[in-house]
Amino acid sequence: MMAGSQWELPPELCCRPMAFVALTGLDVVYNAVHRAIWDAFCANRRADRVPISFKVLPGDHEYPKCRTKRTSYEWYIPKGILKTGWMNKHLNLVPALVVLFYELDWDDPQWKEKQSECATKVEIVRTSLQGRNTKVAVVLIQKKTPLPPGEDLVASERAAALCNACDLSGKSLFVLPHTDHLVGYIIRLENAFYEHAQTYYYTEIRRVKSHKEFLNKTTHQLLFVRHQFKIAFFSELKQDTQNALKYYRTAYSLVHELRAHETNMLEIKTMAGFINYKICRLCFQHNTPLDAIAQFRKHIDLCKKKIGSAELAFEHSAWMSKQFQSFGELFDEAIKLGLTAIQTQNPGFYYQQAACYSQERKQLAQQLCQAGASPPSPDPLDTQSGGLDFYGQRPWRQGHQSIDPPDAEKEKTGILALQIKERDVPHSELIIALLSNAVAQFKKYKCPRMKSHLMVLMGEEYYHAKDYTKALKLLDYVMCDYRTERWWGLLTAILTTALRCAYLMASVKDYIIYCMELLGRASTLTEEQKGRIEKNIIKVLMNEVPDSEPECDPASVSAARLLWNDRMALAGSNEFTIEVQDYIPFIQCKAKFLSPSFHVDQPIQLQVFLQADCPHPVSLNKLAVSLSNQEYNQWCVLESSGQDSVSLLPRKTKCFNFSFVAKTEDVGKKIEMTGIEVMLGGDTGRCVFLSWRGAGGDAASTHEALQTSRSSRRWGRGVETRPVLDWHSVIMQHSTMIISRVPKILVQLSHQPPALINEMYCIGLTVKSQEEGVAKDLKLTAGLKPGQDANLGQTTHVTLNGSKVCDDTAPALLPDVPLGDLKPGEKLESCIYVKCVSTAPRVFLFHVAYSIDTTVDGRQIVCKCHKDETVTIETVVPFEVSVKFVSTKFEPLDRVAVDIPFLFMIDIVSSSPWPLLLASSSLQLLTMTSNTPQLQSQLQEVVLQTGECASECFCLRCPPLTNSNTTVATGQYLISWRRKPSSADSPLIQSTVTLPHVILESVPLYIHADLPSYGRVRESLPVRYHIENRTALVQEVEMAVEPSDAFMFSGLKQVRLRILPGSEQQMLYNYYPLMAGYQTLPQLNISLPRCPTTDTHTLRRFLPQRIFVKPQGRQLDDASIAAA
Amino acid sequence: MAVCIAVIAKENYPLYIRSVPTQNELKFHYTVHTSLDVVEEKISAVGKSLGDQRELYLGLLYPTEDYKVYGYVTNSKVKFVIVVDSSNTSLRDNEIRSMFRKLHNTFTDVMCNPFHNPGDTIQSKAFDGIVSGMMVQSG
Repeated sequence: MMAGSQWELPPELCCRPMAFVALTGLDVVYNAVHRAIWDAFCANRRADRVPISFKVLPGDHEYPKCRTKRTSYEWYIPKGILKTGWMNKHLNLVPALVVLFYELDWDDPQWKEKQSECATKVEIVRTSLQGRNTKVAVVLIQKKTPLPPGEDLVASERAAALCNACDLSGKSLFVLPHTDHLVGYIIRLENAFYEHAQTYYYTEIRRVKSHKEFLNKTTHQLLFVRHQFKIAFFSELKQDTQNALKYYRTAYSLVHELRAHETNMLEIKTMAGFINYKICRLCFQHNTPLDAIAQFRKHIDLCKKKIGSAELAFEHSAWMSKQFQSFGELFDEAIKLGLTAIQTQNPGFYYQQAACYSQERKQLAQQLCQAGASPPSPDPLDTQSGGLDFYGQRPWRQGHQSIDPPDAEKEKTGILALQIKERDVPHSELIIALLSNAVAQFKKYKCPRMKSHLMVLMGEEYYHAKDYTKALKLLDYVMCDYRTERWWGLLTAILTTALRCAYLMASVKDYIIYCMELLGRASTLTEEQKGRIEKNIIKVLMNEVPDSEPECDPASVSAARLLWNDRMALAGSNEFTIEVQDYIPFIQCKAKFLSPSFHVDQPIQLQVFLQADCPHPVSLNKLAVSLSNQEYNQWCVLESSGQDSVSLLPRKTKCFNFSFVAKTEDVGKKIEMTGIEVMLGGDTGRCVFLSWRGAGGDAASTHEALQTSRSSRRWGRGVETRPVLDWHSVIMQHSTMIISRVPKILVQLSHQPPALINEMYCIGLTVKSQEEGVAKDLKLTAGLKPGQDANLGQTTHVTLNGSKVCDDTAPALLPDVPLGDLKPGEKLESCIYVKCVSTAPRVFLFHVAYSIDTTVDGRQIVCKCHKDETVTIETVVPFEVSVKFVSTKFEPLDRVAVDIPFLFMIDIVSSSPWPLLLASSSLQLLTMTSNTPQLQSQLQEVVLQTGECASECFCLRCPPLTNSNTTVATGQYLISWRRKPSSADSPLIQSTVTLPHVILESVPLYIHADLPSYGRVRESLPVRYHIENRTALVQEVEMAVEPSDAFMFSGLKQVRLRILPGSEQQMLYNYYPLMAGYQTLPQLNISLPRCPTTDTHTLRRFLPQRIFVKPQGRQLDDASIAAA
Repeated sequence: MAVCIAVIAKENYPLYIRSVPTQNELKFHYTVHTSLDVVEEKISAVGKSLGDQRELYLGLLYPTEDYKVYGYVTNSKVKFVIVVDSSNTSLRDNEIRSMFRKLHNTFTDVMCNPFHNPGDTIQSKAFDGIVSGMMVQSG
């Protein structure tokens, strides 16, 4: 028996019991037909096939002998609860049914002989099964397909004969035609076998039950358990799991009713364990996991205290461990079949508890099994059969059931032999296997902390098993979880184990890392312990062997010492760099730039703060800060050696200052600290570089900083008010910007906003130097500030030349206009002209750059400085131009008649906040012609204030059209203007207004009148009407003058006349006004019979309607009036 | 009575742990630490369904062979954990609840102390005294 397997559950207990059916008469090796039949039985046994386990046995197979039936139990004293062979016997040895296969067709020529041969074979099987209730069945393998039942008379006759000969019931004879549908026949056959098997197990159950009446409670207690177990097991074979569960439960309570004492405790527990296993298994199978769990809890509670022999206490732990483990496995198996487990109830807990008991077993074994005892001879654990007769009994006193052991001496040697055996058990291996099972479960059920805890246990177990590499791997893995969760007590415990591993392996680097963290502020070790560790770390730095860790196994320590000596003797590899950022090392480091930005003409200052948390001073030999620009690194190194090494006192913050001058190329760049390195140890021994990324800090410092900020916020305690430098209030600043030197020049702008569209807007720039030295290479960049609306770039033009209006090629931004040098106190003035073509606010930038020589920390550097000035300027429209067409009567026209004079009026309204000077204006006509000899501007040198309006009026005439266009372009109107207050030499701006198009119409008849500008009462007023025919036809015109109250008149009152094409008729009337004032002239009615579209109304608009009539003058004045 | 009482910060680091001195202190630390798995799970499950309406008492977190672990979470996510010996069957759920309530009250008093910085470990004698009263008196 294997050492570990003593506690394993027997496989026959763990399997699912299935009815056992033996097949005989099949030659599966040489006969292909038989082979095919056998394959059909055993291949592809899915869940839908009946649960039978088949076995092919030879026809003359010897089945286990049946003992003679006991007629009375009166003198019978049972020797144990359950025989070890019993389950296997009924699973694999004693069949429920033996099936004899025999090749025989109904029409076999040698029927008689074959029939008797078959009967003989059946007889042989029956004899071998003497005394058992095992059924026998015969299957005839036939070549022919059978006829439907009842049709083959020969068949039924011969079948009856065969049954008779073999002493079989008709139900036990089967025919298997060897045809195409073999599997189908086989399935029908096995269903029939299954029924037989069930009947067999049913009778077996009855048989066992029938024993009960013979039993008495005093001597046959064991039999009660045994019988219930057997009934349950047969029920399982019968696939009656509900009843099986019921009987197992009875068996379970009976097993606990047994009188327990030290000698039979193991047997009781073993059986209790078996039955419990069966119950739990069936509960899971019935999908009642809570019943399974409840049963298991009850089982554990009942058995927990049943330790048995104190000298073999480890056995109890081993047994307990196994109980938990097998329950965990059952649980896990049920989950695989679809059960859902939860975080607080999953197999992991059972594996964990199993591991826990295994640990207990290991401890007990270490206590109880003294090393060095020699195994007794002969071995009391040997038995004649090589195994036990009953489960859970002692090999040296099998079958013994009384309270006291039969032989005290034998008992002693037996126990000793067991203890010696236990010594060789690989406990750690078992524990680790269980723990790793548990880890897998907890991982699945979202228990990260439980998982970490179990991994720590695994690591510790590896440590005990002296597999330090694996131990460290596991411990290292979980350490960081405890560190981030800030469970310092647990972290310290893990580190302590890890340190032991590192010491025993003589792994120098690991050793230093763990020492460092154990000395650090997160460690919960006492000062005394820390002092010891610090002493060790100093030894290692001096290249000496450290003292051993306490609680280490002495043998391992001496082995470790040898390893360490080898390590120390080895040359090279004396330098280590340890990235301490993710640990909590015993030296804390924080660094900061004194300011988030430095001007290039200032020295850059940074401070490194170090604090040691170890109990004794520690000295360091080098401190170096690495920066993103490595050229500066040389300024940030502190090196010391030998006597003058820097010493850090416990819990005292030490500050180191560095400063350097930035390069002018680095202006505008960021300088970052990329790392800080502290060297411990020296050239003589071992160098250890502690390296921090960035500006220091470690795994715990973020939280500490947060806590500090909370407390200082509440109390308003600043760093300034504290006399002693407080470590927690140091805030890291890992980067700084280098910015350009502050310029010492003044840039002033003078201008008169807003700018007017198209004007050359003048911005005056004054640069005044306040530098102490000469500002060299002054350069001006002026114009539209980049980054604004893209359209602005195209509608803005900047130039230095203000004497003429710039064109569109001028840029929006004038870059780098050299302005020369500027001596201290000097002033420089310049003008920039801006032309804006559209309205919008614009931001203008005036950037004055220069360079200057200066000295920083005794170093001469050339600094580039610049000063920016921006200004936002609004652009507005200077004036609005509006035009209108009116008739000579100043009536607005929507269309213009061809070749008839009309008036064109232009209004200019100033919207500029500044006075405008209109220098001149001109009209550029396209098709129109002026009615007057020359067009002269009426607006020369006019000054318009805000809101004022200037108007011009031109009399125009549109010549006859050459083409048929009815709309024509009028032309353009040009205005020259400028801002009034600006100097005389500033250029005039030419603004062009495109005049609107006008719709033309032609009139067939044009009529106009010559009349004086006024009349006088009772004085003759001659009026001459000119009537022009503008068509190519002769026009007939009817004219009539309507009478009027205000006038008398002479002339033709009504006339009809003809006018030749292009010619003109004149009509002369003498009107004689009767009333003074504005008087409506007598209406002229004209009609053109040939041209009906033109009527009086359309013609009348050319004629004056009214005239002013002066009253009759006095005689006296006549002369003067006549003179006028 | 309890064998271990712990106060855990919102960020899951211990603010206070006290256990009976007779037994392995480290083991209790591990027990409390692993129980946070269940606490976290319970908090997140409640957060989803009920919102603000939350029962502070979380009940039995998980039973081990030897101990029963109970949990309680304040509204500011500070956790209280009480570990009770499994053999102590006389203790009812109500009593555990009242222990937690008492603990919460004392904790509130500690937080009200203007000299206490929330997030720091608890070093209050009054708190110690109350906790001692709830612990199993050994010897």
